[in-house]
Amino acid sequence: MRASLFITCYNDTLFPETGRAVVRLLERLGVELEFHPQQTCCGQMHANTGFRAEAFSQARRFVALYRNAESVVIPSSSCVAMIRDQYPGLFEELGNESLRSEFATLLPRIYELSEFLIDRLGVEDVGAYFPHRVTYHASCHSLRGLHVGDRPMRLLSKVRGLELIPLEIMERCCGFGGTFSIKNADVSSAMLSAKLEDVLSTRAEYCTALDNSCLMHLGGAMHRQFAAMRTIHLAQILSATEGSPPEEVA
Amino acid sequence: MSGTLTGHPVLDPRLAPPFPIAALPLLRNAQLRENVAHATDVIQSKRARLVAEKTDWQELRRAAAAIRSHTLEHLGSYLEEFEARCTAAGGMVHWASDAAEARAIILELLRQEQASEVIKIKTMTSAEIQLNPALEAAGIHAYETDLAELILQLGEDEPSHIVVPALHVNRSQVREIFARSMGLKDLPDDPKALTAAARTYLRQKFLTIPTAIGGANFLIAETGSVAVVESEGNGRMCLTLPRTLITLAGIEKVLPRFADLEVMLQLLARSATGERMSPYTSLWTGVTPGDGPERFHVVLVDNGRSSILARPTERQTLRCIRCAACLNTCPVYRQTGGHAYGSVYPGPIGAILTPQLMHMEYAQSLPFASSLCGACYEVCPVKIDIPKVLLELRAQVVNQERGRAARLRDPMFIGMKVAHAILAGARRFRAAQWLGRIALRPFIRKDGWIHTLPSLGAKWTQTRDLRGLPSQSFRQWWTARGKEER
Repeated sequence: MRASLFITCYNDTLFPETGRAVVRLLERLGVELEFHPQQTCCGQMHANTGFRAEAFSQARRFVALYRNAESVVIPSSSCVAMIRDQYPGLFEELGNESLRSEFATLLPRIYELSEFLIDRLGVEDVGAYFPHRVTYHASCHSLRGLHVGDRPMRLLSKVRGLELIPLEIMERCCGFGGTFSIKNADVSSAMLSAKLEDVLSTRAEYCTALDNSCLMHLGGAMHRQFAAMRTIHLAQILSATEGSPPEEVA
Repeated sequence: MSGTLTGHPVLDPRLAPPFPIAALPLLRNAQLRENVAHATDVIQSKRARLVAEKTDWQELRRAAAAIRSHTLEHLGSYLEEFEARCTAAGGMVHWASDAAEARAIILELLRQEQASEVIKIKTMTSAEIQLNPALEAAGIHAYETDLAELILQLGEDEPSHIVVPALHVNRSQVREIFARSMGLKDLPDDPKALTAAARTYLRQKFLTIPTAIGGANFLIAETGSVAVVESEGNGRMCLTLPRTLITLAGIEKVLPRFADLEVMLQLLARSATGERMSPYTSLWTGVTPGDGPERFHVVLVDNGRSSILARPTERQTLRCIRCAACLNTCPVYRQTGGHAYGSVYPGPIGAILTPQLMHMEYAQSLPFASSLCGACYEVCPVKIDIPKVLLELRAQVVNQERGRAARLRDPMFIGMKVAHAILAGARRFRAAQWLGRIALRPFIRKDGWIHTLPSLGAKWTQTRDLRGLPSQSFRQWWTARGKEER
């Protein structure tokens, strides 16, 4: 099976280890991956900040790059939600008929990582080994945007050695919200503080999620507070095996 | 009371500071945040329990959304039908195109009544059109009779929630307000004593003031009836005891048929207060000789609504039945409470409704007062896609900014334009990654993390660290790996 990896702009720049983990994981499962070197961004930041024309040109670029892909795997649920929920509106408003029909045929081939594993590859046990206590934060876009449901939990429950510690109110927003964290930095910080209280009270070693954006937010606060917990993208847990633990960065 | 700690809240969108600025003192008010978090938790858990017992909840939501959408599409004819039925039943219908006109109509009606005092039951529309200051200026004293509104009026505070307006005030604060304003030095702070004090105070008003102003949850076109739901019975006092009743309602409140209440009331009570049915559901049609008010007026207020109706994405805003479930579930509202929104309509619904009622001339910070977490859409009983409307309004605000010279002094605007230029091509993006690594290098501490940044970056580092950019991007790693394999 072949799949094209859309790594996303911020994973490419800030979290390359997540991308490497996706490659390691999917190649282990027999997927032949390609990486389109022209890729940059899905346009989410611009769309969510009100820069619709700019978001449209990025969205159009995305469709042009991936229209021939067998499948597109994206290790970020908010970027997938952007594509599923916002591209149709952008193309309706600013696009033409050929762009809309190209997108309509591309859309069913776009997968968030946990969707790709379970729905496309039909695998829950990816052969991972991660002997740690882990809590899972259900990011807003994965839960209420993509409706991934219990897919991440099913994947985590099959990881050998992993003890999953339930997070109270796991569906509550961490307060990141993209440029919201800058425009409304104080409110965002208050939301973060409330969320972090719940996360830290699990006494887990790691907090994981499908989105490095939430994890950057939570992890940034953990680091600031010298908290005894770290964040790790789900792909990195799933990529780890007995002989080869996940990359430790920084 | 928040007023003593944060200054008097400003709920006029024309005068209120932008959301991030109004929010700061509220975030520093630990008592208020505790009160808001506790109250919303209680309502939410009651709601969740009662929603869970309805196996047809999603069907009910779909039906309600369909009823409301249909009504809005034919709003003119349903309003005319309501007017005809209400008039035939002895009511008087008045039309107000904006807040000033609504206030003038009501003042004229009160002048005809020669009223120097009125009793009021909670109506959001009254707060929206800023009726109380107008009454006061005309020498008419308005007594709020909803318990929470009474607390706020006596405490010289402002509402912070649509359904539970004094949600930010706790019981011991209520005691302080009552003790001070009613002269009850030894009032204990148990609920029984507090409600008894309020009852004694209010009963005398109910029995002596012959003119009342109230709101409407629904207007029924088919019968010309008005429906009000409430928890205390004070509303029913206002609706039945006076000689003259003036009902104030937004034009979107109409429902086509009486039977539509079946859907709406099930959703409203569960969504608003976590009850199967509101303790008091009052329904009346015109006037009935010898039973209730002799004179009944309905003032239908547009005040910006028909311009919302004209816009296809935003129109759904008018489906709202003011249950406030979106406020209770909102993680932003949970931190700030309602006063930060600078509007009588706070929370997610306020963030979309207020700027639209202001024709996008004020309250432009509100569409950005959301992390777009989507919790509001999930609970909305009439399925308003609030995040979608927020995005639409954000685009409108940015489009306003595009035409202004001041945009060139807004670091966010410039940043977004620069980011767009960078993201338009992979070569530029790679160059920006390289430059970014160099530019951030002076800020990286020995642990490899950034603890402080200048300008907009400082907004991030005020509470979070940022890992320094890795020396190799993913695409560099991928390219290098490809070369090795070859």
